[in-house]
Amino acid sequence: MSNEPSRNRKDWELNTLGPVLARGPERRKEFSTVSSLPIERLYTEEDLDGSDPLRDLGLPGEYPFTRGIHPTMYRGRLWTMRQFSGFGSAADTNRRYHYLLEHGQTGLSVAFDLPTLMGRDSDDALSEGEVGREGVAIDTLEDMENLFRGIPLDQVSTSMTINSPAAVLFAMYLALAEKQGVPLETLEGTIQNDILKEYIAQKEWIYPPRPSIRIITDIMGFCAERVPKWNTISISGYHIREAGSTAAQELAFTLADGLGYIQAGIEAGLDVDVFAPRLSFFFNSHNDFFEEIAKMRAARRMWAHFMRERFGAKNPASWKLRFHTQTAGCSLTAQQPYNNVVRVTIQALAAVFGGTQSLHTNSLDESLALPTEDAVRIALRTQQIIAEESGAANVVDPLAGSYFVETLTNRMEAEALALIEKIDLLGGIVAAIEAGFPQKEIADASYRYQQQVDTAEKVVVGVNRYQVAGEDAIDVLKIPLEVEVEQKRRLASRKAERNGPAVAADLSAIGEAARKGSNLMPPILQAVRDYATVGEICGAMKAVFGEYREVSVF
Amino acid sequence: MQEPRIRILVGKVGLDGHDRGVKIIARALRDAGYEVIYTGLHQTPEMVATTAIQEDVDAVGLSILSGAHNTLFPRVLGILKERGAGDVIVFGGGIIPREDILTLKEAGVREVFTPGATTSEVIDWVRRNVTPRAGAR
Repeated sequence: MSNEPSRNRKDWELNTLGPVLARGPERRKEFSTVSSLPIERLYTEEDLDGSDPLRDLGLPGEYPFTRGIHPTMYRGRLWTMRQFSGFGSAADTNRRYHYLLEHGQTGLSVAFDLPTLMGRDSDDALSEGEVGREGVAIDTLEDMENLFRGIPLDQVSTSMTINSPAAVLFAMYLALAEKQGVPLETLEGTIQNDILKEYIAQKEWIYPPRPSIRIITDIMGFCAERVPKWNTISISGYHIREAGSTAAQELAFTLADGLGYIQAGIEAGLDVDVFAPRLSFFFNSHNDFFEEIAKMRAARRMWAHFMRERFGAKNPASWKLRFHTQTAGCSLTAQQPYNNVVRVTIQALAAVFGGTQSLHTNSLDESLALPTEDAVRIALRTQQIIAEESGAANVVDPLAGSYFVETLTNRMEAEALALIEKIDLLGGIVAAIEAGFPQKEIADASYRYQQQVDTAEKVVVGVNRYQVAGEDAIDVLKIPLEVEVEQKRRLASRKAERNGPAVAADLSAIGEAARKGSNLMPPILQAVRDYATVGEICGAMKAVFGEYREVSVF
Repeated sequence: MQEPRIRILVGKVGLDGHDRGVKIIARALRDAGYEVIYTGLHQTPEMVATTAIQEDVDAVGLSILSGAHNTLFPRVLGILKERGAGDVIVFGGGIIPREDILTLKEAGVREVFTPGATTSEVIDWVRRNVTPRAGAR
């Protein structure tokens, strides 16, 4: 080893690294991220040749927002701590919401059960066994009233994970605000309303893609006039990643979905600078710490470029990619479940360094069931410890300028751009979905990853390394079957009490609007006020729009 | 004489759209030499049982991540039995708590895999437990 310090990487490799490698190899021949992106031993300023910090990173709160969308980030205001929650009946979930708010949560996030997500009522034959099981069961406005009992809608922001039937559940929220006397223009919150990722990954759909997008542009148009602070789509990479994509695929397909919605809004005659600022994003945060941070930073820069350059948006609010993050459910293990607390901590910290606006941390027991109250509290405390003890929130974009993080950010952008170019060549995201392109890419990636886990090429602690025999079971949340019986009873009595002829007229008005192309939101709002059910309203649209059928590839 | 090829139906039952696991299992079983039929999403127990009988399969592997396993597994088993196909081996996987696994096994589900199970575990289990049904084909 030379006594003189090396002047560049080449010298260092020769003088310092070479002799060490000559004595013995590194732990592995090749290193890579959880998404199999190759990682070099060392990054230096040479990796950033040709990049220009002011152009590529900018400063916080300024184009292209790589360093964050606010000049003060978490010094100004912490991210919103928003635990996704819903199970059993509306009253059960309402109790959990009060519990979370009492423990310092700052926003609500509604998880609906599968029948609701699919636009079916609790008494539908296909709903059997699913009512209230994976989320809260909502059939009519009455359930929504119970869900938010004691929660003034002008004092919370609410996120609702609802897609194909989003217009209906959103209308119920608006009708509830009317009943509480809260003006619609003051309401704050988000509906996920991201149908494209349903076809790609989450697979909870009703109608085919094109009429589904028309419903979305109706919602965007309605909100621009009546509910201007509402986020009309949360363009979601979360489910794409959970379905097994790589980080770069998540980034690419999510932004491609976003480009699809912007294009659709423009084609529907909306002003991009009016509706674009109301679109937000939703990313996954997986175990590979730096890859996740790079993905989130790249996402902001790419979106700013697309909005200004491709769509000519002039309003800086249109350029800003705001996003929610959820830690990766698919990374949790049923084996040694307490280890999941540690995984979630790493993932949550990555989201904070990535500059997220809101965060859900998964609970340790979610590889087994919906979380118990105790498990949710640890998950929320994890965020609070990061926010208030770790120091991570004291400085804006602390990892900027790291040779590694900036190189990885560039790399994520390049990988994602290559995929978006392919989608553009296929004719845009809807055509790409119809051709099965993202679906196939994700299925291949997920199969590759599973093979790497099976051969322990990728280590999962407690699963393919450091296993223990005979683990103790942990307590999990149980949803009694009576929830379903009770919900069906509530639905039946509401149907008996409501004004039947008014509901029938409302439903035919919805069918009429669907056929004529007038905005669907006003007739849907009227129908929910009259206690029409989710299933009836979706059924009225299904009669006009038809149903989606997937061609499955594996 | 060549051994008959084992046919397996893998499926999603109920409204659950999580199909990452089922597709991985379908592909892994196919790569291991089995004849695999995938039901696609959003199938009722009735539809799954009908396909199993029409396709004359030796085993049915069901994936349920929605928590509806206690309702849907027994329903599939019941319909298979009613239609004289009670010897079709039913196994499955998903987000399923341990105590439910015991109940499901008592009801006749032969094996239940949970998150973290490897494809080779599933293939090994199938190899040991699934044989061509007597009289089939």
